[in-house]
Amino acid sequence: MSISKIYDTMEYGPAPENADAALDYLKSHNNKFNLFIDGEWKEPHSKVYFDSINPSNKQKLAQIADANATDVDAAVSAAKKALPKWSGLSGHERARYLYALARQIQKYSRLFSVLESLDNGKPIRETRDIDIPLVARHFYHHAGWAQLMDSKLKDYKEIGVIGQIIPWNFPLLMLSWKIAPAIAMGNTVVLKPAEFTSLTALLFADICKQIGLPPGVVNIITGEGTTGAALVDHEDVAKIAFTGSTEVGKIIKRATAGTGKKLSLELGGKSPFIVFEDADLDSVVEGVVDAIWFNQGQVCCAGSRLLVQESIADKLYKKIKRRMETLRMGNSLDKSIDIGAIVAPVQLKTIDDLVQQGVKEGAKLWQPSWACPTDGYFYPPTMFTDVSPSSTISQVEIFGPVLVATTFRTHKEAVKLANNTMYGLASSIWTENINLALDIAPQIKAGTCWINCTNVFDAAAGFGGYRESGYGREGGLEGLHEYMKPKIETKLSAKPYKRKVLKSKTKAKAVSPIDRTLKMYVGGKHKRPDGGYSTPVYSVNGDYLGEVSKGNRKDIRNAVEVAAKKKSWSGYTGHQKAQVLYYLAENLILRKEEFAAKIVTMLNCSITDANREVDLSIDRIYTYAAYADKYDGKVHSTTSRNVTLAMPEPMGVMGIVCPEDFPLLGFISTVIPAITMGNNVVVIPSQSAPLSATDFYQLLDTSDVPAGAVNIITGDKDELAQVLAKHYEVDGLWYFGSAEGSKTVELLSAENMKRTWVNHGKFRNWEDREIGEGEVFLRNASEVKNIWVPYGA
Amino acid sequence: MGKVKTKKKTQDLVNKKPSFVRNDGIPYDPDLFVDINVNRSAVERRAATIGTRRSVKKQWQAAWLLKAIGMIDLTTLAGDDTPGNVKRLVAKATSPVRQDILDRLGMGDRNIMTGAVCVYHNLIKHAKAALGDIDLPIAAVSTGFPAGLIPLKEKLKQIDLSVKAGATEIDIVISRSLVLNSDWKGLYKEVAACREACGEAHMKTILATGEIPTYTKVAKASWVSMMAGSDFIKTSTGKEPVNATLPVSLVMIRTIREYYELTGYKVGFKPAGGIRTAKQALAWLILIKEELGDDWLDPHLFRFGASSLLGDIERQLEHHLTGSYSASFRHPMG
Repeated sequence: MSISKIYDTMEYGPAPENADAALDYLKSHNNKFNLFIDGEWKEPHSKVYFDSINPSNKQKLAQIADANATDVDAAVSAAKKALPKWSGLSGHERARYLYALARQIQKYSRLFSVLESLDNGKPIRETRDIDIPLVARHFYHHAGWAQLMDSKLKDYKEIGVIGQIIPWNFPLLMLSWKIAPAIAMGNTVVLKPAEFTSLTALLFADICKQIGLPPGVVNIITGEGTTGAALVDHEDVAKIAFTGSTEVGKIIKRATAGTGKKLSLELGGKSPFIVFEDADLDSVVEGVVDAIWFNQGQVCCAGSRLLVQESIADKLYKKIKRRMETLRMGNSLDKSIDIGAIVAPVQLKTIDDLVQQGVKEGAKLWQPSWACPTDGYFYPPTMFTDVSPSSTISQVEIFGPVLVATTFRTHKEAVKLANNTMYGLASSIWTENINLALDIAPQIKAGTCWINCTNVFDAAAGFGGYRESGYGREGGLEGLHEYMKPKIETKLSAKPYKRKVLKSKTKAKAVSPIDRTLKMYVGGKHKRPDGGYSTPVYSVNGDYLGEVSKGNRKDIRNAVEVAAKKKSWSGYTGHQKAQVLYYLAENLILRKEEFAAKIVTMLNCSITDANREVDLSIDRIYTYAAYADKYDGKVHSTTSRNVTLAMPEPMGVMGIVCPEDFPLLGFISTVIPAITMGNNVVVIPSQSAPLSATDFYQLLDTSDVPAGAVNIITGDKDELAQVLAKHYEVDGLWYFGSAEGSKTVELLSAENMKRTWVNHGKFRNWEDREIGEGEVFLRNASEVKNIWVPYGA
Repeated sequence: MGKVKTKKKTQDLVNKKPSFVRNDGIPYDPDLFVDINVNRSAVERRAATIGTRRSVKKQWQAAWLLKAIGMIDLTTLAGDDTPGNVKRLVAKATSPVRQDILDRLGMGDRNIMTGAVCVYHNLIKHAKAALGDIDLPIAAVSTGFPAGLIPLKEKLKQIDLSVKAGATEIDIVISRSLVLNSDWKGLYKEVAACREACGEAHMKTILATGEIPTYTKVAKASWVSMMAGSDFIKTSTGKEPVNATLPVSLVMIRTIREYYELTGYKVGFKPAGGIRTAKQALAWLILIKEELGDDWLDPHLFRFGASSLLGDIERQLEHHLTGSYSASFRHPMG
């Protein structure tokens, strides 16, 4: 085109990034990649290779090995072999390797960017300015954690061989989120990239080789779902970290149930993007672009649900439509585009099907007037307005450039709409009123809350979901816990703690047999069991002690309903919660003798043992009262100008299945930390020795614990645990019981991705302070929400 | 933004007005701007990605740079300006690029000139004399430039004198104290009075954004200036500690867009101060194209206030032709 013509039209021309270096790299492997195992490139036992396609033009880039179970085994063995030496290095030695990786990633940043854009179809602007810089940042940040592990995290150790499965939307970035913290903490890894986008992971493998990372520390195996499944099932894998669809997340959760494998899952989302009427609307429009047209909307935390205050909805829609017209789409290597290609035809079809569904269900469709390129897999930016929460496109994750807009009238309704989803990954709140922003942020059930910004990430901040968006965090200190475990866990025992059992005396006077059926405790009231049955309680020596209610599934249902509805406890400040807990302890002190005597009656133990259990229970309540205003959040040091608040929040409704062996201390040690974090709990006390818990009703009544905070259902432990595990309203579940019961709880909890913490049939000596109390309990009773608050007048 | 009144008249204006109808202003209406709240971080984020989302290369770059030349208010505003150097300035403005370069770019017959020359009052007549019959606007800075701390009566007199001396464009400075003290009505009156004094001359209103503490106030001052009949709103005098930046420009041009949507008047925009490189100029052109559209890529609606920018553009144009980096002495000075 002539300069004269361009001068008159002022059009943009093509501005292609040169792909030669990336193509040369592929050629250096003869466009055929093997598996990176034990520091070497190895041909797959399967002998099978599949094609990796450039979605911008459908051209083949390379062939990728398809690892089978034998290959997976070889990779895991290599990781296992490398583990002792790697975890035995000092933090500083590991830090130097991570630092070297970070440096190399920076050195090859353009090559990585170009290769990623070719392979994935995302714009070079994004890989160059966002993905790859974040990758380098992640390795630098975690080089620091490796350095500090010996001092700051000295109570923790590595977990072992980690199996990691990552998605195709941010291939190298997800690799960094998985590998950097894992190897920093002394683990070794086997990572499987997504089959559509393996190339940058393979380049990363070459870089591992180049810096002399010890063989076996990082193994990269390529393949499809079956490869991933083999990795999940491998018995030498101590933990699985997965980012991908909720559907596959559930499969993995079920597959690992009862195995003792640790699990972190970062799954789908349908994140709300809430716009209040006082927001800076032109900035909101750019926020929308960053939310849903970033990476073609193939972002798990994409702000895909636009919730806009009715008073400004039309104005905002108009602005968004105008902006949609100026978006540019094209080949991923064009430096003048906003939107690239969809990763693969299968994803394109999913998007198109859902959009058709949206149209069919009556939502109003908006697409820009320009046409998509036809040589690759492209889908135009799309906005639906007049969408009701009940429509499919409001509920289902589309994972494409499709925005779904709904209006709200009040702040309360905005929160309700925002939380009207099974997911809970991220949220974005737009208002120029900081009071409003900080009021709404804690009410949204999501792991990340961006105020007046969106899709901002940093290695120092945790990222991860609530609800069916998965669990565990990536980034920051909160993310490290996914890759280390307390050294003290070796104290978990295969056998229960045994007290000396004394011969029964003939009916001690202090405690007379109970002449009535003890009720259950729900919503601050003493409730009869729904079924109308009771269950006898015997001492260890077989003395009949009375009857407790036999709770059934309906009693659990009622208790959960109350726990979900009564919100006052979660609103208490740390100081207020501490006051209530101290009061509880005080009242227990007053009734110490009675509680000790009851323990003697149930366990036929010595009064000394019983007194110790009560004393420790009082002590433990003090511990958590002390923690109530001290287990607080952090302000993360992230890279943009903002305050990044990491706030621990209650999970919501927690089920707690108490240990059998310490009727009072086991109850206190589990229930108290859970309520300390502001949860409402539904408790199933020790089945064989429930009377300490039933006696506790009165303490709860008299200690200002608000109704609904603690609900207690007696009965068959494993039967009731299953009802809790399957209940969708229960957000978290702790189970202290058998190995079989642990497995069942994990299995049944997969359906709504509730957080589970089970003992796999192992026992804690609850008298041992090191293992019976502490921050690990508080951490397992809370979620960390990261709230990003940019500032500047 | 608060509620925007969509009068029927507004729509008629949009439909009927040919391009470059002057902004006659609208009655003072604080409802149109009092609720404005600009989010600095979000604006900066957008501004920072303007230049990374678009790239103009090869012949597109050459064409865009030639377009940029036509938008430069080639400026000299120094205490030692004399008839001599103003004469050279005018010569450069009317013949900004070596003819052989233009010929090789296929643009030899396109009469490429800068958008205007911009001088102090005393130099207007010399500029006019140097121009002779050539039709190039002469802009004069006025109203107590750069601080604007003189009585309004004096400001109006200055404008009058400059127009009479032959200035066809008047760059006025606003009283920053009115903005600092949120005296919007006062600002409206001041700008409206200046506009009246300008008569047929086009008025560019300099907000001196480097001295306005918040983007929200920049947006409000932009609104008031447009309501009061400014033909252009301009960032800076070039004399403030911080001059034209992309974020502040973004804030201003967004108000231009809203004002246009409301009234149908297209108000021009002029960033000034600190724009020295071809690369910067391209970023501004991209910003304008993206946020306001191609209509604004026209000297009637967009100008750069710059003195050294032209030199860098000349070098880039020669580089485009030869592939060799150029040197300033290869291009005639102004």
